Amino acid sequence: MSAVDDVVTEAPAVEAVPKRAMTLGLGTSLVVLAALVIAPVFVKNFIIFQMTMLLIYGLAVLALNILTGGSGQFSLGQSAFYAVGAYTSAILMEHVGMNYALTLPIAGIICFAFGFLFGQPALRLSGVYLALATFALATAMPQLLKLGFFEHWTGGVQGLVVTKPDAPFGLPMSQDMWLYYFTLVITIGIYIASVNLLRSRSGRAFMAIRDNEIAASAMGVDVALYKTLAFGVSAGITGVAGGLGAIAVQFVAPDGYTIVLSISLFLGMVVGGVGWLPGSIVGSAFIIFVPNIAEGISKGLSGAVFGVLLFVVIFLVPHGARQVAIVAQQLIGKLRN
Amino acid sequence: MELFTNQVLAGIATGAIYACMALAVVMIYQAIDHLNFAQGEMAMFSTFISWQLMQWGIPYWWAFLATLIISFAGGIAIERLLFKPLAKAPILTNVAGFIALYGIINSVAGLIWDFTIKQYPTPFGSSPFLGSQLISTHQAGMIGVTVLLLILLFLFFQYTRIGLAMRAAAALPESARLVGINTSWMIALGWGMASAIGAIAGILIAPVVFLEPNMMLGVLLYGFAAAVLGGLTSPLGAVVGGFLVGVFENLAGTYIPGVGNELKLPIALALIITVLVFKPAGLFGRPIVKRV
Repeated sequence: MSAVDDVVTEAPAVEAVPKRAMTLGLGTSLVVLAALVIAPVFVKNFIIFQMTMLLIYGLAVLALNILTGGSGQFSLGQSAFYAVGAYTSAILMEHVGMNYALTLPIAGIICFAFGFLFGQPALRLSGVYLALATFALATAMPQLLKLGFFEHWTGGVQGLVVTKPDAPFGLPMSQDMWLYYFTLVITIGIYIASVNLLRSRSGRAFMAIRDNEIAASAMGVDVALYKTLAFGVSAGITGVAGGLGAIAVQFVAPDGYTIVLSISLFLGMVVGGVGWLPGSIVGSAFIIFVPNIAEGISKGLSGAVFGVLLFVVIFLVPHGARQVAIVAQQLIGKLRN
Repeated sequence: MELFTNQVLAGIATGAIYACMALAVVMIYQAIDHLNFAQGEMAMFSTFISWQLMQWGIPYWWAFLATLIISFAGGIAIERLLFKPLAKAPILTNVAGFIALYGIINSVAGLIWDFTIKQYPTPFGSSPFLGSQLISTHQAGMIGVTVLLLILLFLFFQYTRIGLAMRAAAALPESARLVGINTSWMIALGWGMASAIGAIAGILIAPVVFLEPNMMLGVLLYGFAAAVLGGLTSPLGAVVGGFLVGVFENLAGTYIPGVGNELKLPIALALIITVLVFKPAGLFGRPIVKRV
């Protein structure tokens, strides 16, 4: 009996998360939202730019969270999807002359298709094997973008320069601030859609597959369809993030989208809490600001300082920001009584 | 035809490097069930320790022996200090820990020994082996050591009590504990052995790729790929996988037009994935059967 139990409890790659714990309460959400809306008014343009990147990486971490936290599939290939999204937006804007806002849904759709198709062969792989396959995708992507064959469109090693859009309707705000609010609206839209997705029939199918694939298929879940769907959705969101990233940074080049980006997004997911969507923004903050802090503490040892900080975080809270949120919630509950 | 034979020989020579590293990867996978991303950096650090010992005038083989002991102890220390407390944490948190360890070791090695490339001596000499220009005596020696290591590991796991205990602890920890095996220390022992094997790999590889803090990055990737190709549960598979990846990579670079150095890795990986799609547990691995 105990041996059987053992096999069952060891099976899921990701710890089960109670469904209700995947989101924030309404009150907390409104407070966070208000902070995000008001903050840019008081800070300099460069900080607004960093906050925009925070939202963009937050989206990318969220996408990985849907894939790994939702459906239990591991991916190191997110940088490839991000690159495809970024290049789609950049090429449509610079070569076709399309409006920046219209390029984003196209980037999303192309990445969705790409992720869905990539999910097909990946179906047969799981765990480390899937990690290796997605890793291969991530290492191949910068090389593919550099190929002479595509050079007319991608600009080869040089990359492409993207023009930053002005605020429309003559609104009195800087380009950075406009882009921040634009990104914020998209981020909120995608966040709400993701939360609803995970609460829907499809989301329950994802989680059933994550918790036990065999049991899920016995319950009538089409495992192949939902696994590839999870890949598609994750890639699509990453693609939109990539497109936004290209517009915000005003530049795309193959070496901006290496495996290092994938690893950062992965770390962001772990720090934020696997399977807890609001944690994505915390994870994103970690991967944007902590390397800078590490650099500030010691230039030569920045790698070591970053590593030590990461260890401190995972020692204190192995379940990431989710754990902090749960503890905080309990404390507040106690205070009320 | 001669070009083909030469390329295969050269592939086997580089494959020996990958095989060595893959063996270390499989060792630790056997013991702890994770891929250790910091394995290459641990091997690099060990190699630097041996280099430092030699700089202080200790003869090659004594330095080699001392490095093995230090690495073994170091591997156990890392497990006890950093990863034992994380044993109950989710798997992905452990993976983040490996990435953190990678950053720490790489950066510390860079600080102590800086990033300049250093020569590393070889005990085998570097003259052509049996008249072939493509394989040097060092590379032949490397293949020899890898095979010897494989045989020793096989004997250890098959015929010693402690080898059996380690296998039991990895396969069914609960049951192993019930029959009185100290599974926690078996994991530590696995880390120690993997670290020592990594040190051997590093010392053998260093004369070819030269010694510097980033020397293991490429090698580790190929080592992982080789281990996965051969099947993560099989040390023999890891070694065969290593040689196969080396040969693949060389042949692809020679015969497929437009494949420069940069596209070699993606093509090797694509081939491995194609193999995996047809044999999901690797060439020599045993598929894991799950019960519900």
